Amino acid sequence: MKLSLGPIQYYWPRQKVMDFYAMVAKAPVDLVYLGENVCSKRRELRAADWLDVAHRLADAGKTVILSSLALLEAESERLALERLVGNGHFMVEANDATALGLLVGQNFVAGPHINTYNAATLAELRAMGAIRWVLPVELSSSVLQQMHDARPEGLETEVIVFGKLPLAFSARCFTARAHNVPKDACGLACLDDPGGKYLNTQDSGELLTVNGIQLQSAEPSNLVEVLPDIAAMGVDVVRLLPEPEHMAEVIEAFRDCIDGHLSPQQALARIEGLFPRFSDGYWHGAAGMSWHQQMPV
Amino acid sequence: MELVCPAGGLPALRTAVDHGADAVYLSLRGEVNARNFPGLNFDRKTLVKGIQYAHSHGARVYMALNTYPQPDLFDQATAAIDVAAAEGIDAVILADMGVMRYAAQTHPELKLHLSVQGSATTADALNFYHERFGVRRAVLPRVLSLAQVEQVIKRSKIDIEVFGFGSLCVMVEGRCMLSSYATGDAPNTHGACSPAHAVRWIETDKGREARLNGVLIDTFKPGESAGYPVICKGRYQVGDAPEHFYAIEEPTSLSTLDILPDLYRIGVRAIKLEGRQRSPAYVAEATRVMRAAIDACHENPEGFRVKPDWAQALAGMSEGRTQTLGALHRAWQ
Repeated sequence: MKLSLGPIQYYWPRQKVMDFYAMVAKAPVDLVYLGENVCSKRRELRAADWLDVAHRLADAGKTVILSSLALLEAESERLALERLVGNGHFMVEANDATALGLLVGQNFVAGPHINTYNAATLAELRAMGAIRWVLPVELSSSVLQQMHDARPEGLETEVIVFGKLPLAFSARCFTARAHNVPKDACGLACLDDPGGKYLNTQDSGELLTVNGIQLQSAEPSNLVEVLPDIAAMGVDVVRLLPEPEHMAEVIEAFRDCIDGHLSPQQALARIEGLFPRFSDGYWHGAAGMSWHQQMPV
Repeated sequence: MELVCPAGGLPALRTAVDHGADAVYLSLRGEVNARNFPGLNFDRKTLVKGIQYAHSHGARVYMALNTYPQPDLFDQATAAIDVAAAEGIDAVILADMGVMRYAAQTHPELKLHLSVQGSATTADALNFYHERFGVRRAVLPRVLSLAQVEQVIKRSKIDIEVFGFGSLCVMVEGRCMLSSYATGDAPNTHGACSPAHAVRWIETDKGREARLNGVLIDTFKPGESAGYPVICKGRYQVGDAPEHFYAIEEPTSLSTLDILPDLYRIGVRAIKLEGRQRSPAYVAEATRVMRAAIDACHENPEGFRVKPDWAQALAGMSEGRTQTLGALHRAWQ
């Protein structure tokens, strides 16, 4: 089972991105998905910069895939997508139907924002040229099992096993709203929050993470304890979503668990202190925010 | 512009047709439509009656089948497509590519519309659905500005339908999992946002709490009007902000009454009223007002003026009695 790293969901300063991928180049991940897939106003790195990073990671032995925007609204975003698809070197991960339309006939990855909920859709994606699909975050292990078993030849399965879950996209920028400024005058406020902003309920619980036009789960999803089950199913790739801190430790823990150097419980113990809480409800067919250790048995 | 009205059941369907709907949209019962609420929707017998009633009054009937069926539900979805084709439905409104493939292959004569749940926001995405599955019309997610809608219409090969009035969905439809995150059920999976079984109202010293599977969505003071607890319309505290506020969206309704001539001018083909979960009385009033407004707009787009009684009627049916143009107005974004 291969280990992948999803695209950075947040807006980080250029140097932080560069430092992060310098770490990743040496880290034990097999595949790296790169690029901006939340907000096209985030331009600390230009397209050429992303390609530089991609080549550097490829030189370090990683398989690089360029990930596309999840929500397109403006003509400029479509033109950027066309350039991404025509990059001539790296495979692209499609995250909306605009990208699917441009990628039909080429090899591509059907990303987590393509709604792939049944085997008939898998067959359709394969017929378009998909060589891998990513399980949508709200689907359970039993749905994964059924879909993975029924997938067409030549289609790999990838599952997100760690990270704050992308839950919703809007036309509205919630970070700008929290700063009480219009989206068009956001001042790139996301740069101040490398891990997004917590959205808290009135009884003080952290419910969500505000990340520009995206809402994420408050806590990272964490399926390290069920990695052996995922491997036993024959899933080809498991994906970690970058957080601004502790990613090197997270990558190591998952790698060591996949390779059998750590038990799932030991792997969990390694990363438990690094984050306040985790969730894994979707995997168990429950509310996504729940965590099995609090679930009634 | 065609007026497309909601029909949660046979009484609403008749009412919509009687008040001037050009088309109604409905669903069969079950988890394969995005308004899967108890007491709503049609069985085959009422469907046949509904189609007869609509067709005999010159109205069309569209069937929404707009969840993303998981493996256990896929056969239910294809069975619904077969029923639609057999009973003479005028179009099916779909979101899932697997279901679309089945419909296009098995019933090539059946017209396909792309649901708002299909999350198509660009002309390229719409043309992709047209070329691949023969989709002829699409409902746009409520995330584009009026200028962006115009651009999309110019470059797309299919008809465009937009929401004209009703509850405002802030997120890109088909891409929102907030409900399943809190409750396990969501529009994509079970056809319901914030399912009733997860809702609790609790009286406390601080006021009336609205909870969704335990999550505190909002607290209402005595006398304050309380909306249905959906996560996106609750009051929260964000980052180090000093107070709780509507961090995502206020309880409000979308109304395009003021810009109907603009929608007409840019080539919008159909105006949809939200609300399959609403009462026949609501459907009657919303249909009556929008029928009159669309007729006035067609007659004289340049001279179109919103009549006070239309505005008043729609305001009275709006969430929190406030209205917005949503993303159609760039400033909202």
